[in-house]
Amino acid sequence: MAAIKALFLRKNFSLDGKRIGLDQFLFLLTLGILLITVLMPVLMIVWSTFFYGTAFDYQMFFRVIAQPENLKAMWNTLVVALGVTFFGTLIGLFYAWLIGRSDIPLKGLMKSLFAIPYMFPPFFGAMAWSLLLSPRAGYINRMWMEFTGTRTPLFDMHSLAGIIFVMTCYYFPFVFLQVVSALERMDPTLEESARIAGANQWYVIRKITLPLVLPAIASGAMLITISSLSHFGVPAILGFSNNIFTLPTRIYALIARQAGSFQGIREGAALSILLVVVVIASLYLQKLILKSGHYDIIKGKSMRPMLIKLRGAKLPLLFICLASLAIIVLLPLFMIFAVGMLNAYGLPLRLENMSFRNYTNILFHSKMVRDSIANSITLSLSAGVITMFLGVMIAYVVIKVKPRGKSLLELLSLLPYSIPGIVLAIGVILVWSGRFGLNLYNTLWIILIAYIARYVSFAMKSASASLEQVHYSLEEAARSCGATHLESLRDITIPLIRPGMIAGFFLIFLPAMRELTTSILLYGPFTRTLGVAIYSINAEGRITQASALASVAIMIIFAGHMILKFVTKDRKGI
Amino acid sequence: MDHIILKDVTKRFPTRDGGSVTAVNNINLTIEEGECFAFLGPSGCGKTTTLRMIAGFEDLSEGEIWLGDKPVSIKKKNHYVAPEHRGLGMVFQSFAVWPHLNVFENVAFPLRVKNMNRTDLNKAVTEALKHTSLNGLENVYPSDLSGGQQQRIALARSLVVNPRIMLLDEPLSNLDPKLRESMRFEIKQLQKKFNFTIIFVTHDQSEAMAISDRMLVMDMGNIIQSDTPTTLYNKPTSKFVYGFLGLSNFLDIEVRDGKAYPTGEPERSIPFEIPEEAGSATEGVLASRPNEIKISREETTGYPVVVEKRLYQTFCIEYHVRIGTQSIRVHAPHTNVLEEGSTAHIEFKNPRWYPHESVEDERARVERQVI
Repeated sequence: MAAIKALFLRKNFSLDGKRIGLDQFLFLLTLGILLITVLMPVLMIVWSTFFYGTAFDYQMFFRVIAQPENLKAMWNTLVVALGVTFFGTLIGLFYAWLIGRSDIPLKGLMKSLFAIPYMFPPFFGAMAWSLLLSPRAGYINRMWMEFTGTRTPLFDMHSLAGIIFVMTCYYFPFVFLQVVSALERMDPTLEESARIAGANQWYVIRKITLPLVLPAIASGAMLITISSLSHFGVPAILGFSNNIFTLPTRIYALIARQAGSFQGIREGAALSILLVVVVIASLYLQKLILKSGHYDIIKGKSMRPMLIKLRGAKLPLLFICLASLAIIVLLPLFMIFAVGMLNAYGLPLRLENMSFRNYTNILFHSKMVRDSIANSITLSLSAGVITMFLGVMIAYVVIKVKPRGKSLLELLSLLPYSIPGIVLAIGVILVWSGRFGLNLYNTLWIILIAYIARYVSFAMKSASASLEQVHYSLEEAARSCGATHLESLRDITIPLIRPGMIAGFFLIFLPAMRELTTSILLYGPFTRTLGVAIYSINAEGRITQASALASVAIMIIFAGHMILKFVTKDRKGI
Repeated sequence: MDHIILKDVTKRFPTRDGGSVTAVNNINLTIEEGECFAFLGPSGCGKTTTLRMIAGFEDLSEGEIWLGDKPVSIKKKNHYVAPEHRGLGMVFQSFAVWPHLNVFENVAFPLRVKNMNRTDLNKAVTEALKHTSLNGLENVYPSDLSGGQQQRIALARSLVVNPRIMLLDEPLSNLDPKLRESMRFEIKQLQKKFNFTIIFVTHDQSEAMAISDRMLVMDMGNIIQSDTPTTLYNKPTSKFVYGFLGLSNFLDIEVRDGKAYPTGEPERSIPFEIPEEAGSATEGVLASRPNEIKISREETTGYPVVVEKRLYQTFCIEYHVRIGTQSIRVHAPHTNVLEEGSTAHIEFKNPRWYPHESVEDERARVERQVI
């Protein structure tokens, strides 16, 4: 904010008719920032993979990816991504159709339940499901073994199937939200005219509804694929104990095992390239699919769609919906809170075994935990503010100034979207650990830089969305009333996009509060974040304390969402 | 046997606060075989809801609907025939052509549902496309066509099964005025050729009058008047219908000693015979159409007025003239030029008397239209 104010006050930028001065400056500034924070890490990953010192060395790359463990990790990554995409799409479609087209009751309640997985990091879910279904200690498995008298658990959560299950629970809303919004915006007469033409409900669903929402399904499904390809938290919690690795966790393990040695980082970088190639191939596939079918299905007067009467199936389906949502959404939350109160892990979940001892322990007797909370809040606030303004500047340059080189700027700001967090972290380490004269390793600064690079795509997208709604005639009207270019920006454009800026801030602040993937490679002895603290306490086996801290995080995130809702409640959508 | 009967049809929608709002109020109506029948009314009057009940997209709250001698909705017996089994053709305001199917497949859809064999299907589709002048566009996708062509696809799609009853829901509202007129004509031609029954929903008076054999005017869920276009235009039974069917002036009048005085002008009465139905009313409304008022400079038997404003229009000159404290519009030919501020004399050719509408009635209607 201060930087922008300073710009407004400097007279040499407000020379009327010479708007090129300010616009040129913004262009160069944003381009510079993106080159350093986004492009440099990527280039450094490629450089250190293929160059040893200054000598070209391609053998290391092929040696690394040919290692059986790494090939296995690659295979696991694909299995997980395809499995999560398949089941997530099926479940998302099922709920989307029920809520968008049938007369099932309690739609509002179900919709708000669907929003909950978005709020919390999936690795909380992994922790919770591990509490329930880890092979020997999980509560359900122990009940099962006592009940049947066997020694084989009901289900082993610490497996590929378990990883797919937990990730599916967190990622199916991608398809659900895309499809339900397509269904709600779709012109109902498209389906009604098929009914009038003699088609029954199932025929209409197959021949009209499904083809028309196919683009929405495809984009939701690809979002699931890309997110699960680069996902770290769930396989880290559920996979390590059984030596099940995916590419992101394998990269982490390679670097952690070698304690940050340069050779470890080089091998990690080589695997990163492999991961990025897979992600970019998926993104390309997504573009191909989306291009093939883009229909204008939103027009005509808005009429409520005719809801399909479920009749006899209504109550059973409602029961299935509520029960499955309770299991997917509420049960993990309940477990985190309940185990957080438990005096020791493994005790039955009864009130006499519960106290607030874990909370007092972590909050008042552990400096590490207190530091991590303070670090996360500091990092998220500053990353939120800085990245939001960076996003506004980039969006302004791209949408309003349109200089030559605007597509480069756009590309750079959207690039981090396709770079997995763990890969970005390696790049940031390579750039900021002294090679270019500045060693930020083990400081909060390096994490801040990584957060900015990681979230700049969100900020840019959200700022573009609100800037695009400000028609240029509004600024021109201000100019014609005698306002300078700067005054029209300050008095017209900025006030109009302020709600979008606030929402953009929270879009960064909230995920940054629970960030794990990049922080886990970047933290130092005194710069743990909340996510790292929970993860490492859990990894040390202090499960009740990890749950207690996770429930503290849940409350902080929930409060953030409430504030966001309060701030944006006057506007339609975000 | 292609007539349509509505018996005591009522539709209530639940409101958010748990109450209900009556969208269609106890409608009784018979539409004859081969007739083109228009539903006319302001938005929110219940005309589209009525049509959607006939189509089967809305359930009835009360009453019965019969298509020919087949009952399709009988609330009392919970009898309800799904839209796909009613054998209707329907065209929507938004065209509702399917963007993922080309012109041929759009039109062939109703036949594919019926599993018609390929030769018959090709023949029927080609025929329907010919009647709507779409031949040659079979492989084009709707997004590459104009609004008029898209509407033709919708027409062809409903024609292809040769339905006996066609429901048209504001089919021309999304077209530009010129196209609208030619499509009106085409719809009439098609009806003549295939002799189906049409229900035509519109909010455009001239469209309803141009296309229909009979029509009804709805307001607030009630049928206000139902008759032929000529009768409706010439003998509207209410001020609402009078005002809805064309340009109109409503002059408040007071009745004293059997004579009509413009309100606020107690000196001079208007030469107008108070009709019997006025009874002993002391006030009322004199309705007139701007083009049915003669205006001239000469002092004839006319009523003296002051010309306040003169507006040149393409088909006439519009004068705003003052009678006492009120102002009315008069349309005169371009040969009849009067100066602003001058005195002139007017003669009502076909005025009608309506009882004074209470303020409450008026407010209720305005609120209704806002919803």
